[in-house]
Amino acid sequence: MAKKFVGERVPRVEDQRLITGRSQYVDDIVRPRMVYAAIVRSIYAHARLKGINVEAARRAPGVIAVFTGEDVREAIGPVPVASRLPDLKIPRHPVLAVEKVRYVGEPVAVVVAEDRYQARDAVDLIEVEYEPLEAVVDPERAIAEGAPILHEEFGTNVAFVWQLSGGDIERAFRDAEVVVSQRMVNQRVIPVAMEPRGVVAEYHPGEGQLTVWTSTQIPHLLRTQLAAMLGLAENRVRVIAPEVGGGFGSKLNVYAEEALVGYLAMRLGRPVKWIETRRENFLSTIHGRGQIAEVEAAVKRDGTVLGLRYKIIQDVGAYHQFFTPGVPTLTGLMAVGPYKIPHVHFEVTGVFTNKIATDAYRGAGRPEATYMLERMMDRIARELGLDPAEVRMRNFPQPDEFPFPTASGLAYDSGNYSQALRRALELVGYEKLRREQQVLRQQGRYLGIGISTYVEICAIGPSPALPFGGWESATVRVEPTGKVTVLSGASPHGQGQETSFAQIVADELGVDLSDVRVIHGDTAIVQYGIGTFGSRATAVGGTAVYGAVQKVKEKATRLAAHLLGEENVANVAFEAGQFFLKDRPERRLTFQEVALAAYLAKSLPSGMEPGLEASYFFEPSNFTFPFGAHIAVVEVDPETGEVHFRRYVAVDDCGRVINPMLVDGQVHGGIVQALGQALLEEAVYDENGQLLTGELTDYAIPKATDVPWLETDRTETPSPVNPLGVKGVGEAGTIAATPAIVNAVVDALAPLGIRHLDMPLRPEKVWRAIRGA
Amino acid sequence: MIPAAFAYFRPTNVKEALTLLDQYKDEAKLLAGGHSLIPLMKLRLAQPRYVIDLGRVRELEYIRESGDQVLIGAMTRHVAVETSDLLRQRCPLLAETASVIGDAQVRNMGTIGGSLAHADPAADYPAAILALDAEMRAVSSQGERWIRAEDFFVDMLTTALQPGELLVEIKVPALPPRTGTAYVKVAQKASGFALCGVAVVLTMDQQGVCQHAAVGITGVAPKAYRARAVEQALRGQKLDASVMAAASAKAAEGIDPLEDLHASAEYRAHLARVFCRRALEQAHARI
Amino acid sequence: MTRTTIEVTINGMRYRHEVEPRLLLVHYIRDVVGLTGTHIGCETSLCGACTVLLNGAAVKSCTLFAVQADGAEITTIEGLGEAGQLHPIQEGFWMKHGLQCGYCTPGMILAAYQLLQRYPDPTEAQIRHGIEGNLCRCTGYQHIIEAIRYAAEKLRSQKV
Repeated sequence: MAKKFVGERVPRVEDQRLITGRSQYVDDIVRPRMVYAAIVRSIYAHARLKGINVEAARRAPGVIAVFTGEDVREAIGPVPVASRLPDLKIPRHPVLAVEKVRYVGEPVAVVVAEDRYQARDAVDLIEVEYEPLEAVVDPERAIAEGAPILHEEFGTNVAFVWQLSGGDIERAFRDAEVVVSQRMVNQRVIPVAMEPRGVVAEYHPGEGQLTVWTSTQIPHLLRTQLAAMLGLAENRVRVIAPEVGGGFGSKLNVYAEEALVGYLAMRLGRPVKWIETRRENFLSTIHGRGQIAEVEAAVKRDGTVLGLRYKIIQDVGAYHQFFTPGVPTLTGLMAVGPYKIPHVHFEVTGVFTNKIATDAYRGAGRPEATYMLERMMDRIARELGLDPAEVRMRNFPQPDEFPFPTASGLAYDSGNYSQALRRALELVGYEKLRREQQVLRQQGRYLGIGISTYVEICAIGPSPALPFGGWESATVRVEPTGKVTVLSGASPHGQGQETSFAQIVADELGVDLSDVRVIHGDTAIVQYGIGTFGSRATAVGGTAVYGAVQKVKEKATRLAAHLLGEENVANVAFEAGQFFLKDRPERRLTFQEVALAAYLAKSLPSGMEPGLEASYFFEPSNFTFPFGAHIAVVEVDPETGEVHFRRYVAVDDCGRVINPMLVDGQVHGGIVQALGQALLEEAVYDENGQLLTGELTDYAIPKATDVPWLETDRTETPSPVNPLGVKGVGEAGTIAATPAIVNAVVDALAPLGIRHLDMPLRPEKVWRAIRGA
Repeated sequence: MIPAAFAYFRPTNVKEALTLLDQYKDEAKLLAGGHSLIPLMKLRLAQPRYVIDLGRVRELEYIRESGDQVLIGAMTRHVAVETSDLLRQRCPLLAETASVIGDAQVRNMGTIGGSLAHADPAADYPAAILALDAEMRAVSSQGERWIRAEDFFVDMLTTALQPGELLVEIKVPALPPRTGTAYVKVAQKASGFALCGVAVVLTMDQQGVCQHAAVGITGVAPKAYRARAVEQALRGQKLDASVMAAASAKAAEGIDPLEDLHASAEYRAHLARVFCRRALEQAHARI
Repeated sequence: MTRTTIEVTINGMRYRHEVEPRLLLVHYIRDVVGLTGTHIGCETSLCGACTVLLNGAAVKSCTLFAVQADGAEITTIEGLGEAGQLHPIQEGFWMKHGLQCGYCTPGMILAAYQLLQRYPDPTEAQIRHGIEGNLCRCTGYQHIIEAIRYAAEKLRSQKV
């Protein structure tokens, strides 16, 4: 019996290079005659560009060239937006600003020099003359009468209005016994992947090919866009995502610098490197979240939720990035969460502001939905004097109701929501904690228990739901020696699919894990693919691998039958890497022997092509819907407002699990990113649009000392959407944990009459609430 | 982030350093551990034409006892202060303070002299230096002088050191018997600097009456300060929870607290009071 | 600009170069010597991705000029161990899934190296305190803590 890998805690195959410092991120790439680019960025949030004097910079030591927006406006097309909504206003988004700048950090000019020190020095020599304009920072003010307009051609700062309705919301509120409403702000946060963005581009004139190494989650989609922006044939552009040091959505994009550096390489005839500084990363890589919401719930006294009405303002930023307008639509799709809520109305108004764009950040619209909904469930419980766990239980659909059609128009694939919550309550010792909470309250201590139950939209997604395709591709290539190369269109950057895909293939082909190599992230090697985001890589990309390996097995089985002299293919079994005749098991061939025979092609069945490889493009029939229940237990220091964790319990159901260790890792990381948003992180701008939290000295992401021990568990409800039964887990923690933590803090402070606090719950904010209570 | 160009000097003794300092005056910056200066240079907020690296002035790296004093060379790394057996026995407050500066890597490079001379209002050392009535020895080509802790910190990022002067030594008293000390800090979450740090020295007499109380507070005001009103309220008292709480209420008296992105003036003043009490309680418990 | 000659030993190899005084140690290691396992994450000495051992002490090489390291012995991640001969800390990170994107990992491993020298049998709190100068955005730190515990145990058993 061959070793089985799927379901096992297999250490990752990609780790050797990473733990020994032998991996290659963009900044590690060196090309002959390479030069360095540095970018001059706007220091104003909103200003007219009156002139740029580059003469001193051009004369500076080592400087090769300087370009401004005027210099490249004809040569490089605008930064694209993929998402489309009805009546979406799409402003022209030049790679280098022309006429106006609209956020601090917007690229204004670029310097190229022999080394990075010279390039940086030359930036200081460029004089940009600005005529400052009033900045639009607060999205609510942006749509008020008399606000300055970012894009004059539209006469408004409203970028879009998008609505979603299900059921009859008016009826829900007519039938309501109680209406609970709450205004909530889901603050702007900054992704802060540990590796900043970076690009190396090299033009090969002999072949007319441009090669672009860039830290991206979507090499193929980027290639298509870069070809369009630079006027090149797509098959003359090669995009390589080398090792990518974290993305979290911030590299699911097409950035100005990616086209600009490509252009520079072609124009100058030398390879060009640009590496983002952390300061630039804060200013000009997309931010996440940024929603202001008014939420109303129509409820019965027993806790049954009849309907939800959302009115949301989405802070878009100055221009759309790739997926900007699509993000809040995911909030709308998730508006009823894991609950059987028959009526919903959701309206979001996207608003231009003088800030970098918001776009997909881990969870992309779905953490926002879960946050609002889970805060509302707690508000409802408090209002009705019910236990928050009980209110949730009351509104769950039952397991036999799946596939469950939601008021937001989705069909949830499979689930057992109450089981996950029961498990979490049991793990945390809920009843006992509630009793302890009572005792502590008598002593003036503030213990809080916060529950969050969630469902998320994953395995994004069926193609009709995406502006680009929603499928994923894989090629399984068996080499003549029987070694297996997998080419995946997904583009993992830490999630570990080099391992999980190898696990799938090794089990299917009965080979060892070390016999399988997964290659991704190079458009010249891998067939077109979509990329890694939306918790899709395993559910969609893994299924593509599974599909391709089935084709390979099918062909290999037919060849084995032929080689074994068996006419009836159905009489050939394939187990543990061996083909044999079911009625004469001593007649057998190894997988390696069959692979070699396929390439030697001395004797193939009639009509069979030589070789042994297959590609598969998997189009999912639906999203998948992972779910779970998280519980945070905190104690608030009433003197300082500090929040101290006591427990954190997470029960997640992401369908079948390929590698439990990787799933745990995804859950941990997601929870801690959510913890960051709940307690620490906020992009703070002043009234002039200057980002005050523009470095890691002022923008706190969680350190090891900020994080409690995380107790994780799982239930396993396979998805019927794909043959692997997997659902996806990359975003679960981020979606679930934010409201769990905020609910815990608000629960702690409930005796003081505190009903809601907006994130981040920094000590001073909590202290002020306590003092004001 | 890349600093602007500069010329570099690496003296190997104090005399050479002083000669260079005299030669280049305010166009030069002294480089100790570099953890204050280099970030400023990378942001190009500091663009010195000359950098005088004190890293090889080995004569300034020591911790030694001298009578009832402990002498610390200005180039002594935070990690050496943190782990010094001598300090742990004779002046544990300084070791405790050093142990919560920045992080392990920062403590391996940063020096006590560099930190004090930089006078960041949120640095940890100043609270302890004040509470200990430490003295700083400054030398120049003209001679040397001792500067009392309270005179040393002049304003935000400004010390009493004059151009041409080099901070070479810090003198702290070995603590007398029946003394308890504590440094309690609440950090700004991003940078690790103190939003509020309170250092306390309490000495009791045989009868359990507070003979000496010194409280230094950092992070709260434009410069670290001694909370004199708190000290007065403790001296001559038998210390119990209510006395310490009442005294702590005066921790921000007469202070104009800092206000920034990370904390309002009001909250900083509040933290000063809360952490003053907690530091007092801890120091008292350690007697 | 005047240049200064420096001599350093990195992972046992001696190097001699003329450098600008402003050259940061991390750029020296990466761009001049060509050892790119040491990463640059924040440039403000907060994230720890650039951590190397300087004369045995973990330091952030983005906040050091190369000239300051003249004459020093430096260990980077490349010098700790390689495939097939992993250091127990590297092995711990591998076995316990202590990394995802891998960007913070070299610095994290070297910070752990220093931590385990000082605390051969660290508590969870000591580990968290010991790596607070190293930011990781992927793992939530839990598997890193398990990796360091794994290494601690292995290193202790090797000593016995």
